[in-house]
Amino acid sequence: MVYLYLAGLFVLVAVGYLFGRARAKAAADTEALHSRPPYHGAFVGLSIIAPMLLLLVIGLPIADRMIVNQALQTFDPTVMSDDLRRGVALRDITALATGKYTGEPTLALRQAADTYASLRAWTYNLILAGGLVVGLLGAAFGFRSLSASFRARNHVERAVKILLLAAASVAVLTTIGIVFSVLFETVRFFERVSPFEFLFGLQWSPQTAIRADQAGSSGAFGIVPLVTGTLLITGIAILIAGPIGLFAAIYMAEYATPRFRAFAKPILEILAGIPTVVLGFFAALTLAPIIRETGESMGLNVASESALAAGIVMGMMIIPFVSSLSDDVINAVPQSLRDGSYAMGATRSETVKKVILPAAFSGIVSAMMLAISRAVGETMIVVMAAGLAGNLTFNPLAAVTTFTVQIKTILVGDQEFDSAKTLAAFALGFVLFFFTLTLNIIAMQIVKRYREQYD
Amino acid sequence: MNSMVQVKQSDAEGAAPGLGVKPKVIARDVNVFYGDKHALKGVNLDVPARAVTALIGPSGCGKSTFLRCINRMNDTIPICRVTGKIEIDERDIYDPTLDVVQLRARVGMVFQKPNPFPKSIYENVAYGPRIHGFAKTKAELDEIVAGSLRKAGLFEEVKDRLQESGTGLSGGQQQRLCIARAIAVNPEVILMDEPCSALDPIATAKIEELMDELRENFTIIIVTHSMQQAARVSERTAFFHLGYLVEEGRTEEMFTKPKDQRTQDYITGRFG
Repeated sequence: MVYLYLAGLFVLVAVGYLFGRARAKAAADTEALHSRPPYHGAFVGLSIIAPMLLLLVIGLPIADRMIVNQALQTFDPTVMSDDLRRGVALRDITALATGKYTGEPTLALRQAADTYASLRAWTYNLILAGGLVVGLLGAAFGFRSLSASFRARNHVERAVKILLLAAASVAVLTTIGIVFSVLFETVRFFERVSPFEFLFGLQWSPQTAIRADQAGSSGAFGIVPLVTGTLLITGIAILIAGPIGLFAAIYMAEYATPRFRAFAKPILEILAGIPTVVLGFFAALTLAPIIRETGESMGLNVASESALAAGIVMGMMIIPFVSSLSDDVINAVPQSLRDGSYAMGATRSETVKKVILPAAFSGIVSAMMLAISRAVGETMIVVMAAGLAGNLTFNPLAAVTTFTVQIKTILVGDQEFDSAKTLAAFALGFVLFFFTLTLNIIAMQIVKRYREQYD
Repeated sequence: MNSMVQVKQSDAEGAAPGLGVKPKVIARDVNVFYGDKHALKGVNLDVPARAVTALIGPSGCGKSTFLRCINRMNDTIPICRVTGKIEIDERDIYDPTLDVVQLRARVGMVFQKPNPFPKSIYENVAYGPRIHGFAKTKAELDEIVAGSLRKAGLFEEVKDRLQESGTGLSGGQQQRLCIARAIAVNPEVILMDEPCSALDPIATAKIEELMDELRENFTIIIVTHSMQQAARVSERTAFFHLGYLVEEGRTEEMFTKPKDQRTQDYITGRFG
């Protein structure tokens, strides 16, 4: 139905466009046009699209709701009030109506399915007819508006603006929607666990009894071990990626010959393209044993899953972020500044240290911040290499756990969506979101402050 | 012969200043290639000490290229190749044993577009002295900075805001800051690549005045598109065309009795 509707819409618009344009062209012979003919065509097209899409977007959900309600009338009224039974009934009805129902349907069900099928056919035809009518009305309106002095171009411009605004709104609203959905679940979590315990508790052990008769621990929801674990791994990662990425970027931008650069830069960027799950098993199966063996040969006690292994591999993962973005900002430093420095008798490294890095500082900081955000949000590597134990430690050789790992662990498998354990995932997600948001705000402040100075 | 061009009379009298003794810069058969492009063809030129020499010519004639050979700024362009010989004080500057960093400390440069570093006014001027270790104490450095700014005629305007960013100055002030930065390392030669092309007439007049003062202590070579400017500020002028040095001589003679037809055509505005 929808496809048919859209096909009809397309045909109507195409015809409307061609007619509108042709009419404007004809008018152009006698009078000077305000707008060029394609704009007249586009205006007619828009006057068709707008009402037809509106009808579809508003009409279809209303129609569906009406059909469902009518069909469910045949059942016991209690079905309507119970969400679960209502869902089951609805699934049965649609299955029967489309011929996918297995087993022997009850009389009520068969009646409901018949109502459903006939109503559906009827309303859909109504929408199709309605679409045709509003489309033609729109076309008529569009045509009537056309004249040589008609400012079609301005109207089309406004329609473009609305389209772009709609796209921007979708992005913004999605963000807001996600934040709020996480926020609501977080509030539900805090009804069960106090925020104070959550934020300052030193124990993380989210196992709770799912059924009343089940034996299980009562659960401890203190995120401090997760915070230290996340900070430890992220810290190791940025300690590795920061200098290496920055130095690589300086070499690429200031020292490398164009030929070497053309060859090496894509290779560096391949590193960014390695799936994190691959990096994860590299960390768990290759690097972690090496670290453990090395550590043991030095008489250290190393866990088989260690923060160090995860941090190192995560550092490797974010090197391309640091280097690629830093390379861009270093290249954006005007050549005239380099010339000025060289002409003073400065060497390359003096120029880099005293002129280029200060000028590119804000960009480099934002590159680092972006890399840190990536590291904090990264899941796969830490799941595989860092372990699940919520140890409160800063020892890089111990197993630690992070926000992302715990969210993943909590939500994998069958879950009940009103236990504190499951809801904890949302609270963790919210804290994580808040953390990266803070990071981004700090980065923006740094960028803003130094941009004023270096521009 | 050209009423538009007013020749600076005072310095043009008598023998060409500085020349005849020992030229500061000597170029012999200098060729420059950018990849396959032959940009500068067999240039021979003597530049007198403590005088202003102007390089003029239409766009793309090689005058800036020649200028950038004198402090080896062309080294920073990978595809650029220089042959021939350039001597400063009878020392070949393309000698492989010569340290290009030291050369550039002796040969300062001012660019077409003012390019102060994104640092404070003080730090801009202190940049060269710091990297070359000219000042042992803060007081010495302060003195060098103030002296350079004074010589560049900028001190009075900025003395109360030395810690403010150099990029916040006006275009003309920025260019004088760049000149102060260049003379802070006490170079012998100052190269100026169209230093006034981005400036308004008042700022231009200030820079020209400044050049007049600087000639007492420095050898100045200036590339300019403005023939009036060449006539106003220089003792000697060299005319470049299509990569060749067509003619050079005392500015007064160049603008009144050019020997070559191409020079005559250019200075009378027939092409360029």
